Amino acid sequence: MAVLRARKTNNEADQPSSPVLRFGSDKPLKLDAGTLLSPFQIAYQTYGTLNDARSNAILVCHALTGDQHVASTNPVTGKPGWWEVLIGPGKIIDTNRFFVICSNVIGGCLGSTGPASTNPATGKPYGLDLPIITIRDMVRAQQMLIDHFGIEKLFCVLGGSMGGMQVLEWASSYPERVFSALPIATGARHSSQNIAFHEVGRQAVMADPDWHGGKYFEQGKRPEKGLAVARMAAHITYLSEAALHRKFGRNLQDREALTFGFDADFQIESYLRHQGMTFVDRFDANSYLYMTRAMDYFDLAADHGGRLADAFAGTKTRFCLVSFTSDWLFPTEESRSIVHALNAAGASVSFVEIETDRGHDAFLLDEPELFAAINGFIGSAARARGLSA
Amino acid sequence: MSVNRDQRVDLEVVANLIPPQSRVLDVGSGDGSLLELLQDTKQVDGRGLELSQRGVNECVARGLSVIQGDADKDLEFYPDKGFDFVVLSQTLQATRNPKLVLDELLRIGNRAIVSFPNFGHWRVRLSLFIQGRMPVTKDLPYSWYDTPNIHFCTIRDFVNLCDELGATVEKATALDANGQKIGLSMPWWFWNFFGQQAVFLLKR
Repeated sequence: MAVLRARKTNNEADQPSSPVLRFGSDKPLKLDAGTLLSPFQIAYQTYGTLNDARSNAILVCHALTGDQHVASTNPVTGKPGWWEVLIGPGKIIDTNRFFVICSNVIGGCLGSTGPASTNPATGKPYGLDLPIITIRDMVRAQQMLIDHFGIEKLFCVLGGSMGGMQVLEWASSYPERVFSALPIATGARHSSQNIAFHEVGRQAVMADPDWHGGKYFEQGKRPEKGLAVARMAAHITYLSEAALHRKFGRNLQDREALTFGFDADFQIESYLRHQGMTFVDRFDANSYLYMTRAMDYFDLAADHGGRLADAFAGTKTRFCLVSFTSDWLFPTEESRSIVHALNAAGASVSFVEIETDRGHDAFLLDEPELFAAINGFIGSAARARGLSA
Repeated sequence: MSVNRDQRVDLEVVANLIPPQSRVLDVGSGDGSLLELLQDTKQVDGRGLELSQRGVNECVARGLSVIQGDADKDLEFYPDKGFDFVVLSQTLQATRNPKLVLDELLRIGNRAIVSFPNFGHWRVRLSLFIQGRMPVTKDLPYSWYDTPNIHFCTIRDFVNLCDELGATVEKATALDANGQKIGLSMPWWFWNFFGQQAVFLLKR
């Protein structure tokens, strides 16, 4: 069964069920690691229609374990797209009005070149032979996809968490190509605590004997236990103490009393085990290593002489930042320091902090205040861009 | 928002001081009334800074460029002369350090526009003089113990502060209890006695 599932993910890595753009040896991807990735491919989804002026395109950047299936059924899980509460016909980001693009990031495992993809040099999956991928590499690849569509300037780039990092990188690296930017629940760098959590996750994966130094596909295995533990630890950081207590308290799972053993006595234990188990069905362990590393390496200020404002010098992009009060992965202070940098750069910026106990994951949920902010920001940006309602 | 919203006659006076297409920072933008008025009538490039989260969320939902922040702490992040006008409307009296805030306004804006309730108004004086109590009026509806307004000043006090900071008063308007402008020819003491609100245009 494990092997069967492994095959399925592996297939999705090379032959995704979404459109794919392939770049041959004439168009390599320049990586921050100092090497070229070639050939490589980008798997993507689009929704809506690009207008004649090519001015209504919105790029959605996905988070750590997200994918290109932002507003349509996920081929691996069969579940709705991960941001369907926000994006679709008649939704806040209305695909009757906007052309929405979402691509699997480089290093991912749903069709863009990543560690699960076949290395053309060996005919086997890359595994750890894939160079380390950075947020800037992901954005550089997305930029080549945008070129392919003939879009000079994106109307908006938005995303949460790691997606928000890509939004900031877009606005910094290609300011003239980003009319408006909406980074949500993110930071301009990964904090020490966040790197620490990621390291725990990576060590859990690598400690699994089924990991085989990253060459598990060749052994017909997958480090499911390690990856599940990594996901369980990470999942706690996406929630908040208050939300966990509200949802689970100390409630027992299908039992009347403690069993004096190590079964999942508590609902929270059972919930986390479930989160871990369902995650390994849809995600590649090596890809998890690469994604977490990309976030750890992100430090936009460091790329600009230590001064974050210089990352946005002279920008004309309109920004809107959103944070959540109970997000301890990317606390409001992280957003506020970006806002201060944007102020110093004289940028147009809005900043909303939303009161919620749902933690970091609030950005993926039905949060009316988040939607009101996005609606207001997109609406006024569309008027400024001359897009009809 | 530190004063009664229905009484914001000062907004129009402020708006009239700002030419079209200016770059404007509204410090203490509240629910965004002034920014919206300026955008609709003057097509300004407007930004706002507002302390209350609810105010900010309302503004952003209305499509205004507003961030959550504190006039006492967050003005230092704005570049010198980044705006044509910086407006501080009915907020000065609610800041911790009005002198520093005013200094920052003059640094960030080519011009600063400051409006505030005049604590030298005859009703305020009467309340203190006759009743011996802190005044509670239509304009200043709070009791002393729950007011966000911690640094009241009179028109005379404000003019002195401007002198101290080396700011030139380019224009000043006092509004009486009915929101009518008090005649320009009147002396300062008259404004200070009958002006319920004052609007100053400053430059340094």
